[in-house]
Amino acid sequence: MPLLDTLQTANFQAWALLLLPLIVAAFILVVTKRWSGISSLLSVGSALITLLLAIKLAAGGDSTEIGSLPWIDLGDTFRVDIGLKVDELSRGMMLIVTSIGFLVHLFSLGYMKDDAGKSRYFGGLSLFMFSMTGIVLANNFVMMFIFWELVGVSSYILIGHWYHKNSAAEAAKKAFLTNRIGDFGFMIGILLVWVLTGSIFFDEIQAAVGGITNMALLNGAVLCVFCGAIGKSAQVPLHVWLPDAMEGPTPVSALIHAATMVAAGVFMLARVVFLIEAADMAAEVIAWIGGITALVAALMALQQNDIKRILAYSTLSQLGYMIMAQGISGGSDAGMFHLYTHAFFKALLFLGAGAVIYACHHEQNIWKMGGLRRKMPITFWTFAIGTAALIAVPFTSGFWSKEAILEAAHEQHMHGPYWLGMIVAFLTPFYMTRLVIVAFLGGVRTEESANAKEVPAVMWAPLAVLAFMALFSAYGFIAGPLLARGDADVGHFFGHIGLTAILSFIGLIVGVAGAFFLYKDKKKDPINIPLFANKFYIDEIYLGLIRIFQDTLAAFLDFFDRFVLDPVVVRFPALSVMSAGRFLRIFQVGNVQAYAFYFGIAVVALILFLIL
Amino acid sequence: METALTLNHFLLVSGLLFAIGLAGVLVRRNLIVIFMCLELMLAAANLTLVAFSRFNVVDGEPAYDGHVLLFFIITVAAAEVAVGLAIIVALFRSRETTDVTKINSMKH
Repeated sequence: MPLLDTLQTANFQAWALLLLPLIVAAFILVVTKRWSGISSLLSVGSALITLLLAIKLAAGGDSTEIGSLPWIDLGDTFRVDIGLKVDELSRGMMLIVTSIGFLVHLFSLGYMKDDAGKSRYFGGLSLFMFSMTGIVLANNFVMMFIFWELVGVSSYILIGHWYHKNSAAEAAKKAFLTNRIGDFGFMIGILLVWVLTGSIFFDEIQAAVGGITNMALLNGAVLCVFCGAIGKSAQVPLHVWLPDAMEGPTPVSALIHAATMVAAGVFMLARVVFLIEAADMAAEVIAWIGGITALVAALMALQQNDIKRILAYSTLSQLGYMIMAQGISGGSDAGMFHLYTHAFFKALLFLGAGAVIYACHHEQNIWKMGGLRRKMPITFWTFAIGTAALIAVPFTSGFWSKEAILEAAHEQHMHGPYWLGMIVAFLTPFYMTRLVIVAFLGGVRTEESANAKEVPAVMWAPLAVLAFMALFSAYGFIAGPLLARGDADVGHFFGHIGLTAILSFIGLIVGVAGAFFLYKDKKKDPINIPLFANKFYIDEIYLGLIRIFQDTLAAFLDFFDRFVLDPVVVRFPALSVMSAGRFLRIFQVGNVQAYAFYFGIAVVALILFLIL
Repeated sequence: METALTLNHFLLVSGLLFAIGLAGVLVRRNLIVIFMCLELMLAAANLTLVAFSRFNVVDGEPAYDGHVLLFFIITVAAAEVAVGLAIIVALFRSRETTDVTKINSMKH
């Protein structure tokens, strides 16, 4: 059975994993757009199949025989393939992407049941799955960049799903443009790496990185590549798009803007960790940026009132941790470990928030909820488990991975980022407990929360699965096969309960107790810090900067257009043509005999000219 | 006193014919008259052709090539006259005039 044999090769499976979502997305767009039921089932089916393929692929060993398509070949100097790289890193990431992808698809069946653009939504989800798979499996920088842009596009489509809402359209535009700034740096970084090593393939770069002598250029190249991660993983100062991206449907926020796409920056850095380790200065910058993002985002989260925005800022904060880990020598595994645990508990939190929003008829303000614990017990308990993992309650998955990062920072004497991370460990429990207390505990505040009902099974089933993962995903029986990479596992951290563990435990107690003390049975927010609530006015500053620069540029261009381009390029030729026409018009008298006369004169003149 | 006809005599007649024709074309208003004047100009040109040919002596004999050519020209000109008259008839049918000063719809 040659067909069966083909189906079982890792080569075929990897390509199917990549291309199936694309085929489904195209099919939905072209054929089944009008039958939204079929579209959604197709999309969910493709998510299930890719999950199975990813599990199958993870079970197999390293597959070096994955075929690649030559794309651009300029001899020895430059070659680009569309090729797949299946190693421990991409296999683990593939499992995260496809498993959460499948659960989110499932959840969306309930959440988007009555949406008018259901086909478009599921088409977008499939397109996203295709693009994300491309990033994860890419074996070279250029291919990764292509898919990097494709996730940007699918994110744009999905954030702007409710495009008739002005805020959603604006948010989609903002996300795309902000990402483009980072991507431009990424592109320059790729070119610089190519200049340094003569290759864009990860394997060849890794082989060549030892021979690089121009350290300044290497540092610059790594920082430029890091720009891509700043944009995609929403680090300071390009973090502004992520909170706004919450305008998209909540399952999209869970999948794209919490678990997978925003983690792509972390994944990319982990993919080129050998470059970062070779560039000390750049690594330090990366760790600092990560730490600062973690702190700034946590501070902003303290004063938000929109349930999804709080989660968005906590995502930013956790992404900061992951990025910080990438900058710490030997911390990359810890960062990927946190990416992996975070993906589950943050997807859980977002889907839980989605369930709450669904039940409260699209009310997102936590001060208008309250008392949901009794109305939606399953959602409450799963949400509580997700929160526990996020605030690093000991023995939940988030605890192990966060400890791993802080421990790595401590071991490498990165004091600045370490203490930044430690402050965040005090803040995270506070704002998350605030969210849970205000939204779920206490009394009912509004009609919306009074009428809330538990969500259907198609929506709480993914929550339950994710809650299980949020609790146990760090333990060897789950994490082992997924993250064969290094020793980033629980076992590594038993045994040295040191300063880090004690401090973060204190942080947990202080944070939770403080939130209970301040927010128990409150009708409105007792503290008010406008600086945090207004996100440090960063959006306003950007707006001002853009206004100043854009207005100056626009004024200059206007001047140039009005006083240089307009007279020289437009008016002068127009005027000369017009006057020439006006002159020649004199001869067009409309009398045949006059024309004959001109002709005769001209002939005589020509003869004279020829003779004389 | 009998003087032999020279080339210049022919050219003089031909030039006169051409000038009369041209003047007619330029000043007359009736299309048919203009057309006849055009024919006059053509005849003048033909006369020149024949004269030059007749006075071109090769090996002691005058050449008659121009005479032969002339017949062709006259034949083609007859066809041309037919076409020209047809145009004038068509024009008259649509405008009901043969006055060229009234046919000026192409004026700016």
